[in-house]
Amino acid sequence: MSQHPISSDPATVKAHQHAREQNLTTVWERHEAVKPICAFGDLGLCCTICYMGPCRIDPFSAEEIRGACGAGRDTISARNFTRAVAAGTAAHSDHARGICHTLIETGQGKAQGYRVMDLDKLKRVADEHGLKTADVSFADLAVRLGQRLLENFGQSEGSVSFLKRAPKGQQERWERAGVLPRAIDREVVECLHRTHEGVDAEYRSLILQAVRCALADGWGGSMIATELQDVIFGSPRPIRSRVNLGILKKDQVNVVVHGHEPVLSEMLGVAAREPQMLEYARSKGAEGINLSGICCTANEILMRQGFPVAGNFLQQELAISTGAIEMMVVDVQCVMPGLQQMASHFHTKLITTSDKARIPGIEHVPFNEHEALDCARSILKNAADNFVRRNQASVDIPEEVMDLVAGFTAENTFHHLGGTFRSTYRPLNDAIMSGRLRGVVGVVGCNNVRVQHDYNHKTLVEELLRNDVLVVETGCAAIACAKEGWMRPEAAREIAGKGLQEICEVVGIPPVLHMGSCVDNSRILIACTEMVREGGIGEDLSQLPVAAAAVEAMSEKAVAIGLYAVASGITTFFSPAPRVLGSPAVYEYLTQGIEKDFGAHWVFEADPHEVARGIIAHLDQKRTALKLEPMKYQQPLARTA
Amino acid sequence: MTSQPRKIFAISELCTACRSCEIACAVAHSRSASLIGAILEVPLPRYRIEVQAGSTLNLPLNCRHCDEPECLFACKAGAVSKDEATGQVRVDLEKCVGCWMCVMICPYGAVIPDALIGKAAKCDLCENRAEGPACVTSCLTGALFYGTEEEFEEYRNTRPLLKQLKAHR
Repeated sequence: MSQHPISSDPATVKAHQHAREQNLTTVWERHEAVKPICAFGDLGLCCTICYMGPCRIDPFSAEEIRGACGAGRDTISARNFTRAVAAGTAAHSDHARGICHTLIETGQGKAQGYRVMDLDKLKRVADEHGLKTADVSFADLAVRLGQRLLENFGQSEGSVSFLKRAPKGQQERWERAGVLPRAIDREVVECLHRTHEGVDAEYRSLILQAVRCALADGWGGSMIATELQDVIFGSPRPIRSRVNLGILKKDQVNVVVHGHEPVLSEMLGVAAREPQMLEYARSKGAEGINLSGICCTANEILMRQGFPVAGNFLQQELAISTGAIEMMVVDVQCVMPGLQQMASHFHTKLITTSDKARIPGIEHVPFNEHEALDCARSILKNAADNFVRRNQASVDIPEEVMDLVAGFTAENTFHHLGGTFRSTYRPLNDAIMSGRLRGVVGVVGCNNVRVQHDYNHKTLVEELLRNDVLVVETGCAAIACAKEGWMRPEAAREIAGKGLQEICEVVGIPPVLHMGSCVDNSRILIACTEMVREGGIGEDLSQLPVAAAAVEAMSEKAVAIGLYAVASGITTFFSPAPRVLGSPAVYEYLTQGIEKDFGAHWVFEADPHEVARGIIAHLDQKRTALKLEPMKYQQPLARTA
Repeated sequence: MTSQPRKIFAISELCTACRSCEIACAVAHSRSASLIGAILEVPLPRYRIEVQAGSTLNLPLNCRHCDEPECLFACKAGAVSKDEATGQVRVDLEKCVGCWMCVMICPYGAVIPDALIGKAAKCDLCENRAEGPACVTSCLTGALFYGTEEEFEEYRNTRPLLKQLKAHR
């Protein structure tokens, strides 16, 4: 694998070199300029909560140092951690709230261009919520389901409705620990209240509230977003596409969507295939319209419509620096304000579309669901008009491009395993029990400029595949491995261990399954729950030979995801570590003590080879506890670096 | 002309008392040489530069490597020496008995009694660190500088904002 300091992806290295030759500044240069990273902040020992401070706790002091209010290092780092979880939960859940509204307006016929695509799922989720589904029109049902799920955000009684999907054992654990989330907004608010100056100072009590909030994300906001997006836009089915900067086309109008919510991008997808739009693009001298994505919006339109992916988080500026993009349409989350500076050097039009997110110096085109399709058409027209301003001579698109198959979900993946007529998790569980598969690991999360771009994801996944671990992925991690070619079915033969190879070949799946965007981590929770239900490999999520890893974590959302995975019984390997390392007590609780409460723990390990070894040992330990057969094909342990 | 010794200089106007230098110093003098490792070590590594933060002035203080080091004259164990070639004042920890005479006599308060190991700790200019002194490379505002007196004067004169900052204070 390339040892270039910034990236292990050749397209990124080339595009970055090209950007530097033109004296353009990217995230890597800005990161160098703000170094060194503040050690107090990095350790979670800087408290900026009240205005007596900021107070910083000296980690090298032999005496016990406390902030002005008397908060020690444990309180301060637990409060910082809890606030990160609240912010992450807020991001996923606010996204989900928007989708609820879209479903309601779709049912009411007010959302132009949308219709309920997955009627089965609409009915299934409505049934699950005790809504009457007989003799009710689908439109009415959509409205009522949207309203029912909206209640999850602000209800004053009960608890978040999808929690009931979790295995009984885990539900009991949550009840015992007193962390059943009541309403999504309430848990975010309570995190902020408890971490306000002078409220909760006990680190364990703070972290349990963070757990309650994170569960409101995983089994609440994120799950609602995934389920309703499937209902409105259709559940994904395996679909072929292509990935990396090389998907940008020199002779077409390149429109890139970036951010997280699929509401506008789905309509852009519809409009981009309309004959009159293509005709309009041709009238401007282009061969067509090439719609692609970055980050999780990319994953959404990839999963459902097969549009190509231009790149992941750290490639967002480089996509513009190719000089080939007419229009970049951004909404919320992971959108760097630095895009504006990059776009200012090119003909590229950058537009913000969400009322929640604007960037200085950027045109804001408010997206209106009532006129969604018209809005999408007008954006594409605008992009086509911009094509004539492109300086073709300076366009430099790296040639790297890779095929992939995406579109796997908790429901359809095992259609494959069981065949169309007996959709069941039995073959997956059997493969694990017989020792063909060591287990299943979710490798998820971001890119982080502190880590060589894509390197940790690829290093870890390569070792897992060689050791017969089926890997499921979402987010920027998924895009990293897709670029490496591991989402092609033939990759099984090239890289997977013998047992995994057999499974992939029989079923016809790639060894790494793309399960969608970061809210779609909820699909992984459901898949694990189904594995428990199928039986034979544990009574609870915590007994399954599964694990999660986020090894280039960057956002607060990743911290919330990590915590709900752990609280759901899935041991999670996470790096760079969240800001808790300055508190021995918080560190000890998250990496050990939490196991007693929820059956899983965090592992903060930076070296991806060590992470691989740790995961394999963890899976083997679960296998031994379940008295499963030994691995059918012994693989050499993870190689050392 | 004999070469001037290289020292660590501070520009107090640029110091925001963020204490990044202290942390970097402790990490540089730890066994693990990483932040995460260093905070878990027993005994904890000590920093040898301390930021004095006042209402009108912030100043990172560390060993000045004096021409006539008081600590050298005060040390009864003969643990302190001055390197005539580089100008550096060193403490030989093998010889140090922890009597703290150097601590008491240093006019800058730059020798730190490391109670955990019972020896005197002071700036060693990060002799074995390829990038130079850790405090200097960690300073976000350029308040610390490592070089000769002449180089420092030149550096100081080319700092932007310094005049304004002086006027402001």
